[in-house]
Amino acid sequence: MTDTDTALQPKRKGLTRRQKRGLSRGVQYAVFAAAVIAFAVTADWGRLQNQFAQADIAKQMFPDVITLALKNTVLYTLSGFVVGLVLGMVIALMRLSSVGPYRWLAGVYIEIFRGLPALLIFIFVGVAVPLAFPGTEIPGGTYGKVALALGLVSAAYMAETIRAGIQAVPKGQMEAARSLGFSPAKAMVSIIIPQAFRIILPPLTNELVLLFKDSSLVLFLGVTLEERELSKFGRDLASTTANSTPILVAGLCYLLVTIPLSFVVRRMESKAQEAIR
Amino acid sequence: MSRPEIEVRGLHKSFGDNEVLRGIDLEIGQGEVVCVIGPSGSGKSTLLRCVNLLEEPTKGQVFVGGTEVTDPDVDIDAVRRRIGMVFQQFNLFPHLNVTENLTLPQRRVLGRDKETAARVAAENLARVGLSEKADAYPSSLSGGQQQRVAIARALAMGPEVMLFDEPTSALDPELVGDVLAVMRRLAREGMTMMVVTHEMTFAREVADRVVFMDGGVIVEDGSPDRVIGDPQHERTRHFLSRLLDPAMAEVEEETSDQVGKSEP
Ligand SMILES: Nc1ncnc2c1ncn2[C@@H]1O[C@H](COP(=O)(O)OP(=O)(O)OP(=O)(O)O)[C@@H](O)[C@H]1O
Ligand SMILES: [Mg+2]
Repeated sequence: MTDTDTALQPKRKGLTRRQKRGLSRGVQYAVFAAAVIAFAVTADWGRLQNQFAQADIAKQMFPDVITLALKNTVLYTLSGFVVGLVLGMVIALMRLSSVGPYRWLAGVYIEIFRGLPALLIFIFVGVAVPLAFPGTEIPGGTYGKVALALGLVSAAYMAETIRAGIQAVPKGQMEAARSLGFSPAKAMVSIIIPQAFRIILPPLTNELVLLFKDSSLVLFLGVTLEERELSKFGRDLASTTANSTPILVAGLCYLLVTIPLSFVVRRMESKAQEAIR
Repeated sequence: MSRPEIEVRGLHKSFGDNEVLRGIDLEIGQGEVVCVIGPSGSGKSTLLRCVNLLEEPTKGQVFVGGTEVTDPDVDIDAVRRRIGMVFQQFNLFPHLNVTENLTLPQRRVLGRDKETAARVAAENLARVGLSEKADAYPSSLSGGQQQRVAIARALAMGPEVMLFDEPTSALDPELVGDVLAVMRRLAREGMTMMVVTHEMTFAREVADRVVFMDGGVIVEDGSPDRVIGDPQHERTRHFLSRLLDPAMAEVEEETSDQVGKSEP
């Protein structure tokens, strides 16, 4: 609908389509620039800096913010991801099973846990599980609890992702494997799942980013000083120093990880796009 | 003559209400090459897939090498190791390179050690003339090369029988010859082969027998000279004339539809 279109139309007075498009673009830029300027002028930068960017407070956070807080955030995230992946794989396979009750159970799990806020699941793990099984400890202490909570949160989503990935592998792959004498389980493990994972690597990495942020919910489980992660660490320090600089630093630490991860995802997605072509 | 290598008795197969195979009886002797021809939808693929139980027959029996494939207690994975299958769409494993495509099944299914699997893979790649592609990935190969790798992959398992389902139908015409040459050689070496194909020249020159299927039954079964050269049945003649002169198809489309299609 561009130049050829315009050329075909009878000449009209006023702007051509291209000129109109240019004008509309110009207006959009102007509005955006005005908004930025208005924000910059009206914000009280002095107070903001005072509250959020005190260099000496920021300095005093190091190295603990990295060696303790970021380390714990990463540990919680990864352990939750592993639990979620294993659980999600089991649920995905149940969902695809030819056994009716398995499919049904998996469906129920997915519907329940996809619909619950992560916060509720953390509280559930922190309160309900110890009540329900008195005397038993979740192995690994806080780490185990976080891994379980984050695992439960992510498993439903991952199960759906993995199922979609498995179903995206062409049917001929399973038939070729079976015709070579693979059992269904062996074919799944050596042929289908490796291909499925290549397909779902981008959404799985996205889930890792989400979990990274959700790990902040650990503060609802009650943690010791050594078990604090970025959000709790930042908040605690913010209240002792009566200044919000630690929040900003903690936020930057999150971005330090999530931005490169998102970049990797985009790279993988464009690579996958190329592979299809 | 000894026991047939493949024996099909009273085979029926339905998909829901659609009865695709309506009583097939077929014997294929050791070292025999049988080409199966017939119009689209006549059940050729279904018959082939019933032989290695990719499709579960509704009724009837199938024996391969004296083992009843259709026995509910049979170890079907063990039976399938003795039956190689080649698909129209190749179905190579895209995440593995050519050599791995050949070695992984040997190792996982037959439990062969690394060295043996690699040796057998190399031998069979040489057999299909693709030794130089050992490290390539399937996506970088032409269709003809992919199909030859698929044949080598099946051969590496040491099958007694090979099934081919239109192995050249997805290929550009200039690549068909290479694949047929490999199959010709395999036939000469004495492999028992069941080949669904539209390549009449191949059928005439290589097949010991040609089977013509239509509407889920075997209409004609005999030497290539008889079935292709001097067909006894009107349906066979009709099919062959359309195959040899596709321009005829348009004129006769309607009548053939009425003959071939019985489903709603
Ligand atoms: N998995 C399936 N589910 C339902 N119907 C099927 C299935 N596989 C095949 N059919 C039907 O069975 C009939 C025969 O199919 P088949 O693939 O055996 O024919 P064919 O002779 O191989 O044809 P072509 O030359 O087109 O490959 C067709 O009507 C097809 O729609
Ligand atoms: Mg077919």
